[in-house]
Amino acid sequence: MKKTVRLFVLFVLVALVVGACGTPATQAPAPAAPAATEAPAMTEAPAATEAPAMTEAPAATEAPAMAEPFRVAVVMPSAINDLAFSQSMYDALLRVQQEMGGPDKFDFVYSENMFVVDDAAAAIRDYASQGYNLVIAHGSQYGSSLQEIAPDFPETSFAWGTTVDTFGQPNIFAYEAAADEGGYVNGVLAAKLTKSNVIGVIGPIETGDAKLYIDGFKAGVTATAPDVNVQVAYIGSFSDTALAAETANTQISAGADVLTGTAQMVVGAIGKAEEANVLWFGTQSNQTSLAPKIVVASQVYHWEGILSQMIDLINGGTLGGQTFAINLENGGEVIEYNPDFTVPADVKTLADDTVKGIIDGSVTIDMGQ
Amino acid sequence: MISSLFSVTVLVGILASGIRLATPYLYAAIGETFGQRSGVLNLGVEGQMLLGAFAAFYIVFVTGNLALAVLVAMIVGALMGLAMAFVTVNLQAQQGISGIGFYLFGVGLSDLLFQKMLGTVETVRGFPKISIPFLSNIPGLGEIFFNHNLLVYGAYLLVPIAWFVLNKTTLGLKIHAVGENPEAADSLGVSVAGVRYFTIVLGGTLSGVAGASLSIGLLNVFQQNMTSGLGFIAVALVYFGGWRPWGVLGGALLFSMVNSLQLWIQVLGIPIPSDIAVMMPYVLTILVLVASVSRVRGPSALTKPFERED
Repeated sequence: MKKTVRLFVLFVLVALVVGACGTPATQAPAPAAPAATEAPAMTEAPAATEAPAMTEAPAATEAPAMAEPFRVAVVMPSAINDLAFSQSMYDALLRVQQEMGGPDKFDFVYSENMFVVDDAAAAIRDYASQGYNLVIAHGSQYGSSLQEIAPDFPETSFAWGTTVDTFGQPNIFAYEAAADEGGYVNGVLAAKLTKSNVIGVIGPIETGDAKLYIDGFKAGVTATAPDVNVQVAYIGSFSDTALAAETANTQISAGADVLTGTAQMVVGAIGKAEEANVLWFGTQSNQTSLAPKIVVASQVYHWEGILSQMIDLINGGTLGGQTFAINLENGGEVIEYNPDFTVPADVKTLADDTVKGIIDGSVTIDMGQ
Repeated sequence: MISSLFSVTVLVGILASGIRLATPYLYAAIGETFGQRSGVLNLGVEGQMLLGAFAAFYIVFVTGNLALAVLVAMIVGALMGLAMAFVTVNLQAQQGISGIGFYLFGVGLSDLLFQKMLGTVETVRGFPKISIPFLSNIPGLGEIFFNHNLLVYGAYLLVPIAWFVLNKTTLGLKIHAVGENPEAADSLGVSVAGVRYFTIVLGGTLSGVAGASLSIGLLNVFQQNMTSGLGFIAVALVYFGGWRPWGVLGGALLFSMVNSLQLWIQVLGIPIPSDIAVMMPYVLTILVLVASVSRVRGPSALTKPFERED
């Protein structure tokens, strides 16, 4: 009797948890097909995911030719409103949807907060088996899972970023961001605006996109004002908001009057920057709304350009094997200024020239490793 | 460059940020100490913190009332504690597993509420810094000890109060008895279930405040999963501190100070790889734990459900 009660309670708990976790993750923004929104919830039935894969996949590839919408599923490590990496992809998908003419033409679903790679892998497999035209694994940590899953679904196209590695698979696109380019421009601006000649950087883990941005930023500062000291601290986490905030405090105590940082935990740091009235440079998404008084500019990722290219390729029968990069030249990276913060005209001109220089190759980013 | 670590600014900076960083750990770990002293391991602290953090943030976001926000965070934490107590005391469920269940529940629910009720990262005006008159003007010490927000002071006041309750009151004695030998306590007329309900609900209440100390004290933002493992470190600190409030304080301060030390090491450009630097607090904590493990013994009845034999 006791056992059954205990089992029952555990079951109720698990049900609650699945309910709570599942709901936000599967909410499609637009009126998506109800079947599609259920996808991640079905991760617990592996038998179901294998079987329909073969039968449904061919149907999926024929879909674009008919009046069916182009269907995209995306798996993201953090939330769609993280004001950083995941939001940049979510916003891009919304823009693609708008360009293509709404949910009837372009339909997408997403699973957010997939910080557990195994869960993400299960979601990717589910989406693939449900015949989505394109399944996006938005996080470099999902690479090895995708390498295993993609060959099982030769008719489905996958995209993986940020990376340059397609694993030689004909149905994987790789995409990355030249984060160093916008980082460099932010660095040029920061070097011009610092008065204390000390600039603080708050990084997550010293790898990938974050490292690229920070190294580019440092290069921009050094090229503009070699005597400015750039203090970099990595906190070892993408989510520890409290430590990010304390790092900002530390940077400010150490004399920094301009800060920047990358990844979703920086929202903690931006608050501290605002309290101390020091300037902030954002990246990945436009972070002005968090602190309108102190955010100078943000490098914003616009993935929609390369997404449209992928969609065209898929519709033309090419499911992968190519690598894409967003950068300043192709409009995938845009420096968005805070309209409420006045950048001196000569500094703004210098930044604009830097952008032009990076595009035409006259400015080289020396990360001198 | 190493020598720059020993300047007054840096030392004051390390100590002051260590004091701030330790705040959420203190609330959560002191609450957990009560639970574990009475024989209940609650691994759901992180989930309780997240819900407390969200509740407090949301109240401030809507009403701006800080006192009400802390109260609501306490109530939310207490309700989570109540549910945990029901599952572990009445239903005698395995404590570790049900704790993890409550953790996941807290993560999921706080995220859901955040999505539905806020939708994006917002900021609020949380507890302001209170500079204690006169004391905060002492050079160095003032900045380290007397220039924090109310929730930081509260965390440190909690330590002697918890020590007093656990060691100098009848209630503390009952908690101890229930955690060491519930059968004996029961035969002497102590309500094992009652004591455990009290400690788990108290633990939940304090975890709620721990969350509030982040979302409306130290950070003034709420983001999904913002506690980022803090609640689990708090559970570890209870073991580290040998189930004593002062030990927990020592552990929390050690961990936080080393964490702020490694931040300063990176900021000052001392050439240590960042991966090594961020490991420092964890490695040191493990070393101290290993060195001290034979010294202390946990409550005998920890994780063991109590079933009355009639």
